[in-house]
Amino acid sequence: MPGKTYVQTNINGEHVDFLCEPRQSLLECLRDVIGLTGTKEGCNDGNCGACTVEMDGRIVTSCLVLGVEVEGKEITTIEGIADGSTLHPIQQSFLENAALQCGICTPGFIVASKSLLDQNPDPTEHEIRFWLANNLCRCTGYDKIIRAVQDAAVKMQEA
Amino acid sequence: MKWIDYATPHSVREAVDVLSEAGGRARVMAGGTDLLVALRAGVYDIDLVVDGKNIPELNEITYDPTNGLTLGAAVACYKIYGNQAVATAYPGLIDAASLIGGTQIQGRASLGGNLCNATPSADSIPPMIALNGTANIAGPNGNRQVAIEDFCTGVRQNALGSDEILVSLHFPAPVANSGANYIRFIPRNEMDIAVAGAGVSVVLDNGDIKEARVSLASVAPTPLFVQEAGDAIAGKPANDETVRIASGIARDAARPITDMRGTIEFRQHLCEVLTRRALNTAIERAKENN
Amino acid sequence: MATTRDYEPNVVLSNQDYNVVGTRPLRPDGADKVTGRALYGADFAAAGLLSGSVLRSPHAHARIKSIDTSKAEALDGVRAVVTSADFPQGGEGPVLWQRDNVLASDKALYRGHAIAAVAAASPHIAEEAVSLIDVDYEVLTPVTDVQSSMKGDAPILHDSLMTDELGEKADKASNIASHFQHVKGDVKAGFKEADVVIEREFTTKTVHQGYIEPQAATALWNNDGRLHIWCSTQGSFAARDACARILDIPVSQIRVVPLEIGGGFGGKIDVYLEPVAALLSKKTGTPVKLVMSRADVLQGTGPTPGSYAKIKIGAKKDGTITAAHAYLAMEAGAYPGSPVGAGAMCVLAPYDLENALVDGYDVVVNKPKTAAYRAPGAPNAAFAGEQVIDEVAKAIGMDPIDFRMKNAAKEGTRQVHGPTFPRVGYEEVLEAMKSHPHYNAPLDGPNQGRGVAVGFWFNIGFDSACNIAVNADGTVTLQEGSTDIGGTRASIAMQAAEVLTLPYEKVRPTVVDTDTIGFTAVTGGSRTTFATGWAAYEAAQDVRTKMIDRAAQIWEVDADTVELEDAVFKSKSDPELSMTFAELAGQLGRSGGGITGTAAVSPSGVGGAFAGNIVDVEVDPETGKTEILRFTVVQDAGKAIHPSYVEGQMQGGAVQGIGWALNEEYYMSDSGTMDNVSLLDYRMPTSLDLPMIDTVIVEVANPGHPYGVRGVGEAPIIPPTPAIANAIENAIGTRLFALPMNPAAVAKAVMDK
Repeated sequence: MPGKTYVQTNINGEHVDFLCEPRQSLLECLRDVIGLTGTKEGCNDGNCGACTVEMDGRIVTSCLVLGVEVEGKEITTIEGIADGSTLHPIQQSFLENAALQCGICTPGFIVASKSLLDQNPDPTEHEIRFWLANNLCRCTGYDKIIRAVQDAAVKMQEA
Repeated sequence: MKWIDYATPHSVREAVDVLSEAGGRARVMAGGTDLLVALRAGVYDIDLVVDGKNIPELNEITYDPTNGLTLGAAVACYKIYGNQAVATAYPGLIDAASLIGGTQIQGRASLGGNLCNATPSADSIPPMIALNGTANIAGPNGNRQVAIEDFCTGVRQNALGSDEILVSLHFPAPVANSGANYIRFIPRNEMDIAVAGAGVSVVLDNGDIKEARVSLASVAPTPLFVQEAGDAIAGKPANDETVRIASGIARDAARPITDMRGTIEFRQHLCEVLTRRALNTAIERAKENN
Repeated sequence: MATTRDYEPNVVLSNQDYNVVGTRPLRPDGADKVTGRALYGADFAAAGLLSGSVLRSPHAHARIKSIDTSKAEALDGVRAVVTSADFPQGGEGPVLWQRDNVLASDKALYRGHAIAAVAAASPHIAEEAVSLIDVDYEVLTPVTDVQSSMKGDAPILHDSLMTDELGEKADKASNIASHFQHVKGDVKAGFKEADVVIEREFTTKTVHQGYIEPQAATALWNNDGRLHIWCSTQGSFAARDACARILDIPVSQIRVVPLEIGGGFGGKIDVYLEPVAALLSKKTGTPVKLVMSRADVLQGTGPTPGSYAKIKIGAKKDGTITAAHAYLAMEAGAYPGSPVGAGAMCVLAPYDLENALVDGYDVVVNKPKTAAYRAPGAPNAAFAGEQVIDEVAKAIGMDPIDFRMKNAAKEGTRQVHGPTFPRVGYEEVLEAMKSHPHYNAPLDGPNQGRGVAVGFWFNIGFDSACNIAVNADGTVTLQEGSTDIGGTRASIAMQAAEVLTLPYEKVRPTVVDTDTIGFTAVTGGSRTTFATGWAAYEAAQDVRTKMIDRAAQIWEVDADTVELEDAVFKSKSDPELSMTFAELAGQLGRSGGGITGTAAVSPSGVGGAFAGNIVDVEVDPETGKTEILRFTVVQDAGKAIHPSYVEGQMQGGAVQGIGWALNEEYYMSDSGTMDNVSLLDYRMPTSLDLPMIDTVIVEVANPGHPYGVRGVGEAPIIPPTPAIANAIENAIGTRLFALPMNPAAVAKAVMDK
């Protein structure tokens, strides 16, 4: 019986260790092994972005990362975006702008949007749409999501 | 997915040893954005995934204006377009690197992986061919180089032996008055696989085309290097009529199939349109680059 | 490419101002959803949970001769395997087909049809076990499009299915399940009177709702015989009742706990996984979770029909439509029941017609059984009808909005299928479109075109229940059974708050399970804010009456001298007698006990919704690529309880329509395989494919609802495909008659010109 691999990593600023089979994706490890179910599966092949996490400073689709690969890496999931009990301005902006309906794509969008604003604090509408093209939403038509990101950018620059 | 083992060598030597031992039952993973999808779909039957991302040579980006660019096989797209010097010197490569998939895919996918995956629709291969790229390969018998236009040998088939690993890609330094461009046609504005794509490069000399290279995606079992298109316009003035000679040859050279992404007729038609538009852009870039 | 520019602000043409209704508070489930805390179907965990996987037919049409599960059962880690043989046998009517769709019995009727399922220690083991199940198929020829299936020589799916031909049952097997007709006046005479008659044929392909969350369900068949189900569903009671029928157990034995749901659009009303998980759990004695892969979703759940339509419209030079004939044939998928009936009710609804005829055909094909997709049947019909309207308007030289205004349905118009319209807001929608800056903005480039189209959806009522309890601190808790896909917790709570004159924040809504609330129909049919909102309204009225009685009792006055305004109880006769809602709430315990309110409603005053689109496109004639430059949605919401979420419905439906228009389709091979079975090649719009979607909410109050609410969720998906087709026609001078109008089709149309 082949054995599991022991992985040590950093998730949302905390040291986390877990056991997994090499065939288990990071997405599976987060959800089924570690218990962080905020990252979602929509397609399992990199086409919908619902599984977006930040890994060593870049957003990736966690369905296409193996759990065994994240040894020694720094990962940020949706659970790590808020600052304790204070929502991140992007999270607050999504609520105020009604940028979610069913909410399943929302964790992926929030992680991806935060990554954008970290690198480009004043993006144009086109830059926002281009950056977020790997995240699918079927409920909102994207309008209020884009406005929420624009709104958050303004608030974050004012702060 | 069926069970796989995972190895993470830290040197080229170690990787070659692991691959040799695996006897064809292993594949190298860079970004994993193609490999993992293929493994889950049962496209490859292997027992071992060899992660190339901890091998220093596969992560290298070295550029200088004399020796050109050495790009490690596992370097992710975002690192390529995020490198100011490389982005300025090789806009043709950046065209592809910033188009593949979407932002998250570009956080992992590499041009080396795109090349080894060897699908006809690969976005990075036509510009790499247009830029005269070479593949640096390491194996148990030493190192060898293969021109990128010779690297893909069939659908998902490449020139690597099962005990060899692609280490890096090399591109000559850009010369003055040269320009390159890759464009593709997709039904949406991002995320799609190319219905057809054209990667071209030109070198101008006093308003004439000194040399040109044209390569096409998605219209043959492998990316197509249409040498005759570039040869036919060498020495001709860089104008619309000349461009249309090349784009017509490109259309005629295409051997597409009809599948869920496009028909034969549509793809042939697109080859002409895309080659023409890409050449026009490459010529504009060449004019700005002296 | 979408560029940065100024957009028109979204507009609400409000009919009445309220205190809470019409405002835009934050949704109560928002914090959980932006932090990843909210639990959706696949997030559910329980002790001893096993993972399941489903074996699906690779053949579009095949007889199942035998199923050998022995190798799967022998695999280490596998705990149970089930097939249709594990279902109760017998019964009659629709349940047989429902059961058959969940696990095939004698025939596989579409590629993706579930054949067997496994429960195992991990999802990977379950997947491996599924590949070890041996099925002996006798492969049959499939038929996968409606026109081929209607022909006499088509392979027959069901030997027992005979056409219901205008009410009479035929005597030989057919793939045409039924043909019905609606007749008004005399279309033959009407066409004779026309100066212009246009007749066109149209086809559409199968498309999927495309919800981002695949189906997921966990079942525990407990030792006491009770079946517990945790799932993503648009209707916990619908799921409960479907499982009761399929498993042949009483509804009282089943409790469905709805988790958060990641999109449905009609596609999560039917059950697929729940009965299978239940059978597996019965065998293992533990909870079993089944989650669909994206391929399972596309191949194994219900998309919306491909279809064929022929529309003929005649009009006089002065713009009066004299006759209209709509022939609609829609694919039901593997079992009868396409939405052609609904399409027939909507196709001509915007027009006041003296002479009209609608023929509807329900046809089975070897594709997944279709399920509802947002105004099911109506978009297919509108793609056809609204293009012919456009062509007729052009032929007589009339502006397309003026032409619709001239023939506009209004209060008192009798629809082709019988009912007359009560007060509706269609003319107001047309006026808002005509006067919108978008309609009057110049186009500024070659290969650009503008198109308009309208649509109607009748909306539904049906049963909803609501309970409210008053807390001692002056807040109220509200329980309701409508799963929240789009912000309805908020809109329902707002209606209760309005009645109780409380601020929205004082109402705490919860979506509860089937043991905890009275029967509530699905979150679908654009009914939730209308009907469950009504239940909340009635339950709040119940609380209000009881609170007034209690205040009167405490003050020892007559109840009809007490009123509630701005959260304060006052005596009309004695200004000294006054207390706040919170003060009274704090005294309930010692003045006679707590106060709760309840209601179970099935409101009949449903108001239909009209929607209109204005869209500008630019076509690249060399590639056929169509860019959406500008998109405006105008819709009559009756009363927008929460305007942001109404705008959201309008924008979301519009974008689904854009995807349907330009790219989405099931690309079927001759063997009946969907080749593009992933989100890479089933191409839904990305953020980069769109501009902002501007909205105008028209409010013509529905007289049948206390706040005037009309359902809003479905109408938005109806006009986009014809509006875009009309815009493309204006851009390139050629009309497209088939969906999708993808680049290859548009390029071909340009070249063939």
